[in-house]
Amino acid sequence: MSIFDRSPQARTAALLSPPFLYSLLLLALPLVAIVLISFWTQTGLDFDTTFTLANYRAIFTQPQYILGNAQNWGVIPVSLFVSATVTAITVVLAYPVAYFVSFVVDPSRKSLWLFLITIPFWSSYLIRVFLWKVILGFNGVINTGLQALGVIREPLEFLLYNLASVIITMAHAYAVFAILPIYVALEKIDRSLLEASQDLGESRFSTFLRVTLPLSVPGIVGAVLIVFIPTIGDYVTPQLMLGAGGRLVANTIQTQFFKGNDAPLGAALSIVTMLMVGIISLVFLFLNRRWLRGRS
Amino acid sequence: MNVQSKPPATPLIQLRGIHKHYGDYHALRGIDLEIRQGEFFSLLGPSGCGKTTLLRTIAGFEQPSSGQLVIDGKDMSGVPPNHRPTNMVFQSYAIFPHLTVAENVGFGLRRDPRPKEQRARAVAEALEMVGLGGYGNRAAHALSGGQRQRVALARALILKPKVLLLDEPLSALDKKLRENMQVELIRLQRNVGITFILVTHDQEEALVMSDRIAVMFEGAIGQMADPETLYRRPNSRRVAEFIGKMNLLPAEVGMEGNRIVVEVAGLGRGAVEPDQAPGGVIEGNSTVGIRPETLSLLFPGETTDRRVAEGVVDEVVYYGDMTYYDVRIPGVEEPLTISMKNLIGRPVLDVGTPTKVAWDERSLVVLSR
Repeated sequence: MSIFDRSPQARTAALLSPPFLYSLLLLALPLVAIVLISFWTQTGLDFDTTFTLANYRAIFTQPQYILGNAQNWGVIPVSLFVSATVTAITVVLAYPVAYFVSFVVDPSRKSLWLFLITIPFWSSYLIRVFLWKVILGFNGVINTGLQALGVIREPLEFLLYNLASVIITMAHAYAVFAILPIYVALEKIDRSLLEASQDLGESRFSTFLRVTLPLSVPGIVGAVLIVFIPTIGDYVTPQLMLGAGGRLVANTIQTQFFKGNDAPLGAALSIVTMLMVGIISLVFLFLNRRWLRGRS
Repeated sequence: MNVQSKPPATPLIQLRGIHKHYGDYHALRGIDLEIRQGEFFSLLGPSGCGKTTLLRTIAGFEQPSSGQLVIDGKDMSGVPPNHRPTNMVFQSYAIFPHLTVAENVGFGLRRDPRPKEQRARAVAEALEMVGLGGYGNRAAHALSGGQRQRVALARALILKPKVLLLDEPLSALDKKLRENMQVELIRLQRNVGITFILVTHDQEEALVMSDRIAVMFEGAIGQMADPETLYRRPNSRRVAEFIGKMNLLPAEVGMEGNRIVVEVAGLGRGAVEPDQAPGGVIEGNSTVGIRPETLSLLFPGETTDRRVAEGVVDEVVYYGDMTYYDVRIPGVEEPLTISMKNLIGRPVLDVGTPTKVAWDERSLVVLSR
């Protein structure tokens, strides 16, 4: 008997069980494990499983994680700052591109344009990060180019191994993720609304501010979440672009699990970061829902 | 006899030789039109006839390829929609989904110099006028089709435009609501005194609502007249067929002195007045039209001094108040459609019943074109 002959409930269960098992094994179980471990203590290669809040206490009291000191911010605030900046830059740059494809490009050419926008995905993320190193590096494209033109004598050192290089790399890598949701939101806008606005006395620009922009807010919120959440967790880019000393929260966690040999602290850091990202995302979702309800 | 013969000093809207090309497609082919202040004017035609393009040209969403558009004495070439004294009710109503009803209606008042309270009062009055008093704080997406249409109307009328443009505003409503809205729109137009231009493909709607109608085919105006003239004296076969039901009969048309003589196959010979040939006379093989309600069946016992042809009932369509009969008459190619009121004591005839059809040459229209 094939699954199509059974009751709708049985069919639903049969169709959903493989992905459900998959997410149970690869998402829920590791998450539960992380939560458990965050309340344990590392003893060499083993765990002391007595319940303790010591890891969380360390995160909230030691300066390197949240509080910071006179010279440096804590690693979590810095990471939030980097992600927020990347998100802002990405969304601001993605909006005109999405707008162009939705409003200017001939309808028959739109899918071609979307295809062109996804071309960066044809090379691996790691290679794209390395390419930015080649462009921004001490002997990179920008420095040798400027030197050859005689603009600078010594290579610029501020290009690589700092937060700016992380932000540039990530903003480029995540651009597509921001363009697509904004594009979809713009596509959904009934074009007669724009004509109605003009008919009621607004110029093209004020029509954009009063109609197009507010109606594309769901797409902007989607883009913000899609960029913000993964950039917090990205540890490859900071690892490669910050050099030996640089740390953002993602590679700090990675270090705790491996080199630092303190999985419970890493787990606790993960939980704290996850909660912060969760709260920020909820705020955005809430704003979005308020917006969609119609403000009165 | 023609309504156009007594226009006031200057019409509110003048279109002269308006052409519109989209690539190879010739959407408007030389439109000449004058619309008076306070008139309820309709653009009527089948889909693709250019009526919406013409309306959008007046609104400023389309630029004519050639020709001149003057509104209220000002040439409109190069004037964008936001600087024209026109407002539009869109077919989709184009209600802003992110705003409340009141914010929608007040959308165009941003540059209004009046203080906030007065503008709010104007919005409330506009909503009152379209029968939506107290709906101001509702979310726009929670409205029904009829309510959306009222919001769109209030939103346009609050700006007191010189001309209100309506693009098939009733086509999305069900029949009952549509008929109510027709009456309401007429009343509203009389109250505000604003010139209305309505685009519709519904001939009945145009006849009910308009002072004057331009019937358009393939980018050109086929006939422009008041509803009664249009119905009774169509100037071509196309107009006759588009508006109402019309029996078209092949006929021989000739002139005897200044009398027009028609020989209708199967019915006979008769003379008609010049105004019964509004499209002009082309002698020879031609067509005449006759409306179903100007023909009548002779029920048993009835007599008439009109001319009579004998035939057989071919088809019966019962509408309650009326019955439509198709009657086959020897020598007439197509059966004649005849509508009869279902008066007391009048039976509904069965298919196959032999019957007599009374007709009158005064109700013929010569349709040479």
